[in-house]
Amino acid sequence: MIRIHCPICGQRSETEFSYYGDATVKRPDEHETDPALWVDYVFTRDNPRGWHREYWHHVQGCRQWLVLERNTLTHEVSACHLASEASS
Amino acid sequence: MSRYSALSVFTNALKGNKSWPRAWRDPEPKPEYDVLIVGAGGHGLATAYYLAKEHGITNVAVVEKGYLGGGNTGRNTTIVRSNYFLPGNTMFYERSMKLWENLSQDLNYNVMFSQRGQYNLLHSPGQIDAARRRGNTMRANGIDAELLSRQQVQRDLPYLDYDNARFPIHGAILQRRAGTARHDAVAWGYARGADRRGVDILQKREVTGFLFDGGKITGVQTNRGDIRAKKVALCVAGHSGHLAKMAGLRLPIESHSLQAFVTEPYKPFIDTVVSYGAGHFYISQSDKGGLVLGGDLDMYNSYAQRGGLPVVEHTLAAAKSLVPGVSRLKLLRHWAGVMDMSMDGSPIITRTPVDGLYFNGGWCYGGFKTIPASGYCFAWTIAKDEPHPDNAAYTLDRFARGGTIDEKGAGPHPNQQ
Repeated sequence: MIRIHCPICGQRSETEFSYYGDATVKRPDEHETDPALWVDYVFTRDNPRGWHREYWHHVQGCRQWLVLERNTLTHEVSACHLASEASS
Repeated sequence: MSRYSALSVFTNALKGNKSWPRAWRDPEPKPEYDVLIVGAGGHGLATAYYLAKEHGITNVAVVEKGYLGGGNTGRNTTIVRSNYFLPGNTMFYERSMKLWENLSQDLNYNVMFSQRGQYNLLHSPGQIDAARRRGNTMRANGIDAELLSRQQVQRDLPYLDYDNARFPIHGAILQRRAGTARHDAVAWGYARGADRRGVDILQKREVTGFLFDGGKITGVQTNRGDIRAKKVALCVAGHSGHLAKMAGLRLPIESHSLQAFVTEPYKPFIDTVVSYGAGHFYISQSDKGGLVLGGDLDMYNSYAQRGGLPVVEHTLAAAKSLVPGVSRLKLLRHWAGVMDMSMDGSPIITRTPVDGLYFNGGWCYGGFKTIPASGYCFAWTIAKDEPHPDNAAYTLDRFARGGTIDEKGAGPHPNQQ
């Protein structure tokens, strides 16, 4: 069981959250015309073995989007910020 | 290397079973191979086997960081089926089924393939329509499929809860040729078959990097020395992203944990494979009597080979809602494997943009049943430098070309595939 320290609600169980995925992926500029960048954005992932920056949604709590630093080998969570305040 | 037969079992029994030869060697690596395969799981070993058997390429090594068959080949729920709908998938999985049907004879190794049938339960009129469409596609391609009414399912599977208030069972689509196999025996059978054709299986040797010569891959670095090879093939599903990164390749794949469960042994109860249509859950019974249960992903990226309790609870809740009779059974074991979840839920078997590097991965939930066809098609791709017609759609560039094969229609969300 992963416990996530939500900046608004405090420490809560993972079952209250839903997972979205890699938070390092950036949407290209809407005027971008190079298809390769769009393919990268939609489909390609670093999929790191170790620390992973990722989006979670506190869907059964404060309904805020969060950015976590979580280790994909140990499931340890080292940081949790509001997505609106997380530095990109 | 002796052939296994009823006579050899008999004569060895008379000699106290003390003179069986080893099933495969433990060789020192040669300085260079024609083909080096990374990963001695089912896919890697099958690829080596078919390279030797079908293409006469025997100067082959299979490098494995742990022991052979110690990854997902030994961690799945052993289900084999070929009930896929989309072009690109349908005939690939059927090739696998046809190879399964003769695999024990071909390998001279009993993989205990049991065609006990697989029932996909249907819980709504919409699901019945979709199943009929899928079944028609299968039958048009010469694959068996039967649509069963609620009464027919009730006769075959009397132990299910048919009147679940939320998800009553309206019928099922059945593939009678589907079933289960002994997963470890598949790895061992392919390992023995490849070894006796001259393939070197190098265990406890972890690949730590690749050797390049002007942009072309010329071998691998391992924790026990470099090994040169003309062609390097990755069969490391679960860890594909990790290894591909060493070769400078980024993939449309995420790694996720999938758990599986075995209950304590029980009297013969479920003599087929049953998949729940209203939740992600499937159940069968092993020859030892344990019920084998599988469920959904843990949903977040993971390489940990262990899962979380919420999915344990979810899977067991699905088990009890579908088969109320299991409610007092205890779990004997549960474990997790790392899945290569691709962005469209379909695998990748292809040459790569890196010269000399071949890739096999992205198996999602479906790796075990495809071991024979995956090995067959990957060996073809490596030997001829072009895909076999059955894996022609499984390219890396299909994502850029709009050629995704999204059986579930889930879009580019690996944990939803």
